[in-house]
Amino acid sequence: MSSNADIYHEMIVDYSRNPINYGEIENHDVTFHDSNPLCGDSIDIDMKIDEDKVTDIKFHGKGCAICMACSSILTEITKGKSIDEVRAIEKNDVLSELGLEHLQAVRIKCALLSLKVLKSALYTYIGDNLKDTQDVDKLKEEAANLY
Amino acid sequence: MQSTESLFENIRNDFPILKRTVRDNKPLVYLDNASTTQKPNQVIDSISDYYQNHNANIHRAVYALAEESTEAYEAARDKVANFVNIKNRQEIIFVRGTTEAINLVAYAWGRPHINEGDIIVTTEYEHHSNIVPWQLLTQEKHAKLEYIGMDDNGELILDDLDKYLATDKVKLVTFSLMSNVLGTITNAEKIIEKCKAAGVLTLVDGAQAVPHMKVDIEKLGCDFFAFSGHKMLAPTGIGVLWVKKSVLETMSPFHGGGDMIREVHKYETTWNDLPYKFEAGTPNIADVIGLGSAIDYLTKIGMDAVREHEVELTKYAIEKLSAVKGLHIYGTKDISKRGGVISFNFADVHPHDVAQIIDEEGIAVRSGHHCAQVLMERLNVAATSRASFYIYNTKHDIDILVNSLNIVAKVFKL
Repeated sequence: MSSNADIYHEMIVDYSRNPINYGEIENHDVTFHDSNPLCGDSIDIDMKIDEDKVTDIKFHGKGCAICMACSSILTEITKGKSIDEVRAIEKNDVLSELGLEHLQAVRIKCALLSLKVLKSALYTYIGDNLKDTQDVDKLKEEAANLY
Repeated sequence: MQSTESLFENIRNDFPILKRTVRDNKPLVYLDNASTTQKPNQVIDSISDYYQNHNANIHRAVYALAEESTEAYEAARDKVANFVNIKNRQEIIFVRGTTEAINLVAYAWGRPHINEGDIIVTTEYEHHSNIVPWQLLTQEKHAKLEYIGMDDNGELILDDLDKYLATDKVKLVTFSLMSNVLGTITNAEKIIEKCKAAGVLTLVDGAQAVPHMKVDIEKLGCDFFAFSGHKMLAPTGIGVLWVKKSVLETMSPFHGGGDMIREVHKYETTWNDLPYKFEAGTPNIADVIGLGSAIDYLTKIGMDAVREHEVELTKYAIEKLSAVKGLHIYGTKDISKRGGVISFNFADVHPHDVAQIIDEEGIAVRSGHHCAQVLMERLNVAATSRASFYIYNTKHDIDILVNSLNIVAKVFKL
């Protein structure tokens, strides 16, 4: 049986020290903030969206190593994708990149906070720009039920 | 006479949970006592004994079981009175815990007494349970909530209190006797003295203090005092609110229902005597009895011995932890001004990561904001790791904690 401390492998520690896509986008098309009420992890995501494509994405905030590493990976996965492709990103797309598929329940919220923020940002963008309410409700539900 | 050291060694045998292992067969090192404490056999047995032999509702029926149950429940009230020196047992209300106690005061005292423009004063190092009920009350009443600030040593800046008292608008000053994050012991005598001189009521949150040191409510001279059972060996879901009778008599009921009434008619009701007016419904009888047993247990050890044991551990822990490179301890290093609670951060490693890695070594510490986000903002940190001690902890526990931090250092290449 692998130990829970095994999650702190090289990649996680490196990303937590040197997160990628960290920062803010001045002329973002959408920004969203959320936090985990119990642990205080807090993430903002800014996105630049051109012609249905995420051309740039950055995140900033405070969080543990798991939260920072997953935010880094998620922003990498998202960059360059179309809105529909971003909508299709699932939990395991993030977790598997970092070998966190079996993360214990109390830490899942650390790993998935940025995905929740991303989905919420997308929902905000769609709601503001595309006026497609059916889509918006679905996304909203998706984001709320992420973990 | 048994030496203090061997007394505290034997204590561990009373706690069955301390015999178990966690994770990869590691002995449990439980250092989250500011959150909740483990329970000795004496407390666990008293609860089973109640359910196995005496269970019946209190204050109503005339049969034997009901009489035994009522007697045991009321005997626990007397134990509470002796333990924290309360002269009048009618002033003791059993509640779910400190949170419910403070909400009861905010509702039953606050709503009839707080008006627009009034000020309630709390402090920067309060637990959310001594902030949020006052936010709710002051927002509803268009009153104001003000904070006594904290200095860099983790002590309250009492000049702030003078400033608020000078406005003549303050109706209540509410503060914890010991910070649940920094362990700072509040200079309660001074605050209460200032408030009394200004004719302002005081509420003391004793959740962190009562389990760890001798507390004398009569001598303290406050108007409200709250504490929880589960942080002092008793079960969860039971706590105490004490209110000075002259103040209690000006309060409206909290919950309406059975046991709190004298006579109920279709459109009006008269209230039961104190304290029953504030104990609506069937109370948590078994856990009140459990609280009584916890008080017996602590009384046998003696609260001065408890404090002495924790001072020893805290001194040792501060010394050992201070020697760890990159480790920062928050709050005062003056042991006489702090309890057995040590909050720290380790280099740039997030407290959750620290807690998770040392969990593998069997160590239970708390990481996070400790329900004190106002304090976290003041310290300018998102979270801390916190080790907190109790009667069954040993220097060996602290050694294991310190050694485990080497593993954290290795993982994070510190």
